[in-house]
Amino acid sequence: MNANPSLEEYIARIEEACGEEKDIIVHFKYEKKNEAIGKILKKAKVERTVAGIIFDITYKNLAIRLYNTGKAIIKKAHNKTQAQQILAELLL
Amino acid sequence: MFNPYKVREDFPILKRKMNNHPLIYFDNAATSQKPRQVIEAMKDFYEKYNANVHRAVHTLSLEATELYEEAHEETAKFIGAESIEEIVFVRGTTEAINLVAYSWGLNNLKPEDEVLVTLMEHHSNIVPWEILSKIKGFKVKYVDINPDGTLNYESLKEMLTSKVKLVCITQVSNVTGVINDVKTVVELAHEKGALVLVDGAQSVPHMPVNVQDLNCDFLAFSGHKMLGPTGIGVLYGKKEILEKMEPFHGGGEMIREVSFNPETRRCTISWNTLPWRFEAGTPDICGAVGLTAAIRYLKALGMENVKAHECSLTEYALKRLKECSKVTVYGPKDAGLKCGIIPFNVEGFNSHDIALLLDSYGIMIRSGFHCAQPLHQKFNISSSARASFYIYNTREEIDRFIEALKEIEESL
Repeated sequence: MNANPSLEEYIARIEEACGEEKDIIVHFKYEKKNEAIGKILKKAKVERTVAGIIFDITYKNLAIRLYNTGKAIIKKAHNKTQAQQILAELLL
Repeated sequence: MFNPYKVREDFPILKRKMNNHPLIYFDNAATSQKPRQVIEAMKDFYEKYNANVHRAVHTLSLEATELYEEAHEETAKFIGAESIEEIVFVRGTTEAINLVAYSWGLNNLKPEDEVLVTLMEHHSNIVPWEILSKIKGFKVKYVDINPDGTLNYESLKEMLTSKVKLVCITQVSNVTGVINDVKTVVELAHEKGALVLVDGAQSVPHMPVNVQDLNCDFLAFSGHKMLGPTGIGVLYGKKEILEKMEPFHGGGEMIREVSFNPETRRCTISWNTLPWRFEAGTPDICGAVGLTAAIRYLKALGMENVKAHECSLTEYALKRLKECSKVTVYGPKDAGLKCGIIPFNVEGFNSHDIALLLDSYGIMIRSGFHCAQPLHQKFNISSSARASFYIYNTREEIDRFIEALKEIEESL
């Protein structure tokens, strides 16, 4: 369970992916995914959009790829805790 | 005549839509989907036959016991074992390998011995041996692979000395789909007096496998990758080897007698017969019933047909992937050398990106190391995307997969 209320509200699951990239995969709650993506897009810098399906964004030097299917990859986060902190700020 | 479109009608899950697209399931190397015959057999068991097996006198237990033992018989026939004494039910391939490590390895491996493992093994055929080597002091040595992912048989021959007591080899790589010539490896190993443990997780579901023809000493595989439920797997072991092995888990069912001696205040224990000696506690009875249904389904299709269908899909996919200029495929490009598994990457994306992008098209693939990090190190890649096919996949699905990959390439 996520201790942070905004994480609790929007996020179904956060997983550390295997592979050397150490990406963090975020699954938003299906019914809240559009709201979560909207909030994140307001706060982060949108670097690129691909057909409204993918949003490449940056926030505090972290690159994040958001998918309109309700998933995201946080690139090169130090660990899951850092990813949770970033998400908590973005979803506040 | 094998007809994947007819086969698809038996798989209710394939009617689902994922992210507004028809579901394309290309993650079969991780687990397979289940036909209604398996689902119904398991439902039927709980509705009509549920009871604990063995050592009860009531009718319901007898019926459940017959179904459970029938599952052993069906499995034995499916892989050409001599009898059910050679078929031990476990949770899956991982547990089967651990059973060999702790029941056979713990009692037979000495500090001066060596265990050969190939670099293409799944972690489940590496980690138990590394753990045990720390306890027993033997050496784990790794057989190299060629740049195309095939096994380096010369390396194997050089490393096969009289010190080697066990060779651990997958019949089919879970990353590249490479089919190893296990029969030859067994012959070479036996000449040096070594036993051979074959990881059949990716072979038994996809091609004919006969343990007597291979002459392997152990074969491990999982039910859930061959249309059966999760939680049931199989360890085949030659009877004469299993008979000499100590039990893996202690508990009910695996004993013949536990006799308390009031003078010593200790219990004297004698083991049950094979295979029950290795099946402590209440087993996954319903899982076994599901496995029976899965095996019967595959047998009705014919394993040669299953293999031919997957080979045809792989050949077609490899051919069409050449149209994707930014895609790199790993492993051999000759579909005849492999089962239906294709690892790849797309330039400019990491494997998780590819998997998530394909997910938005309703195409389910896997990304990462696939529990085979040493193989990825050998290929000098940080991870890979993996598409893997099975009996219900079609050329049209591969066409949609290729079109999605082309769109992904264009999005760069």
